[in-house]
Amino acid sequence: MTRENSLVTTQWVEDNLDTPGIVLVEVDEDTTAYDKGHIKGAIKLDWSTELQDQVRRDFVNKKQFEELLSSKGVANDDTVVLYGGNNNWFAAYAYWYFTLYGHTDVKLMDGGRKKWELDSRELTDEKPTRETTSYTAQDQDTSIRAFRDDAVAAIGKQNLIDVRSPDEYAGRLLAPAHLPQEQSQRAGHVPTSLNVPWSKNCNDDGTFKSDDDLKALYAEVGIDDSKDTIALCRIGERSSLTWFVLKKLLGHQSVKNYDGSWTEYGSLVGVPIALGDEPGSADA
Amino acid sequence: MCGATEGGLSLDGINVAKEALIQGQVLRDGEPVGNAYVRLLDKTGEFTAEVPTSATGHFRFFAGEGQWTLRTLAPKATPVDNRVDAAVGSVAEVTVALV
Repeated sequence: MTRENSLVTTQWVEDNLDTPGIVLVEVDEDTTAYDKGHIKGAIKLDWSTELQDQVRRDFVNKKQFEELLSSKGVANDDTVVLYGGNNNWFAAYAYWYFTLYGHTDVKLMDGGRKKWELDSRELTDEKPTRETTSYTAQDQDTSIRAFRDDAVAAIGKQNLIDVRSPDEYAGRLLAPAHLPQEQSQRAGHVPTSLNVPWSKNCNDDGTFKSDDDLKALYAEVGIDDSKDTIALCRIGERSSLTWFVLKKLLGHQSVKNYDGSWTEYGSLVGVPIALGDEPGSADA
Repeated sequence: MCGATEGGLSLDGINVAKEALIQGQVLRDGEPVGNAYVRLLDKTGEFTAEVPTSATGHFRFFAGEGQWTLRTLAPKATPVDNRVDAAVGSVAEVTVALV
C-alpha cells in the first residue's frame, strides 16, 4: 500500500520519538516556527536558505544537497519523517525534494505541525545534536520534475492540475491570501489546466482525506488516467502536496511537479494565459 | 503614518491603500490564544489561506474584495466561524472568541 509507505500518523511519531534510524525533520513556510518549539529530536531545514540556490533560481545541486544532509546528520539509510506548518506544504515540498535526489525511505507526518498541536502533543525548544554523516545523493530524477517547456507542451494534451486557490487560478489574486499581493507578473492560469485547490486533498485538521475521497475528487474534475500529469501552483510547494497525493497516495504513474510554477509561467513572454474560472482553450 | 489600530496589529510597512486586509485576534475568556489556526474561506466556502496565530493571538490576511469566512481551530476548542467583508484600502478587524 502506497499510503502506508509514505505517510505516518502523529501517534506513530510520538511512539517512535526515540527509535534509532528515524530522523524527524521540520520544514516550515515560516522558517522561525521551529525556533518557537518543535517535536522532540526534530532537526530543521530552512527551505529558503538551505534548499534553494542563493544566486540562481534553482535548487541546491547534488553536491550541496549531500553537504547539507551530511552536516545535519542524516544518513542514507535513515527513515526521514517530514512535517511542517501550513498543512505540510513545505514538508511535502521537501518530500518531493528528497525523492528527487533519491532518498529511499522518506515519509510525511499526516496533518503536520498543526495536527500535532491540535492534538495537544508536546513541543520543545531543545535542539538535538547529531553527528555528521557522509551522505550520498543520486542524480536528480527528472521524471518527477517539470520545466516551463513541459508546461507549455502540456496545454491541451496532458493533465495540468493547478492547485492554487480559485481566486488565484481565476486571476483575482496573485498570491495566497496570507501574503502581500503586489507582484510583477501576469495573473491567470495555463490554458486547459484544471483547478483542484490543494486544500481539497485535506481535512480541516490538515490530515489527508481517504483514498476513496481523493479518487472521487480527481475523477470528478475529469483527470485522464491515460495521460501524464503536471501539477503547479505559485512556487511549487503546494503542488508538491498534490504531487504527493497523486503519485504516492493514489499511485498514478507519471506525475511531475512544476516547481517554477506560476511565478515563472506568469512571467514568460508570449505564452498563452487564461483568465477567469474556466480552464480555457488550447487555442487561446 | 499608520500607527496600530487600537488592539490590532501594527500596519507599519504595509501599503493599506493597495490591500484588502483582514486581521484580528483570537481570544478565550478574554485571554489571547497563541496556538490557534485561522483559515480564510472564500464566499463559496473554499479554503483560501491559513495562518497560525502569533503569541499575542493575532493574525492577518491579504484578501480581495468581498465576503469571506474565518474558521478558527485551536486545541481543545470547537471550531468557530466568523463572517467578514473585506475591501481594498480598508482593514477589517475581527475578534474571534473561542469557547
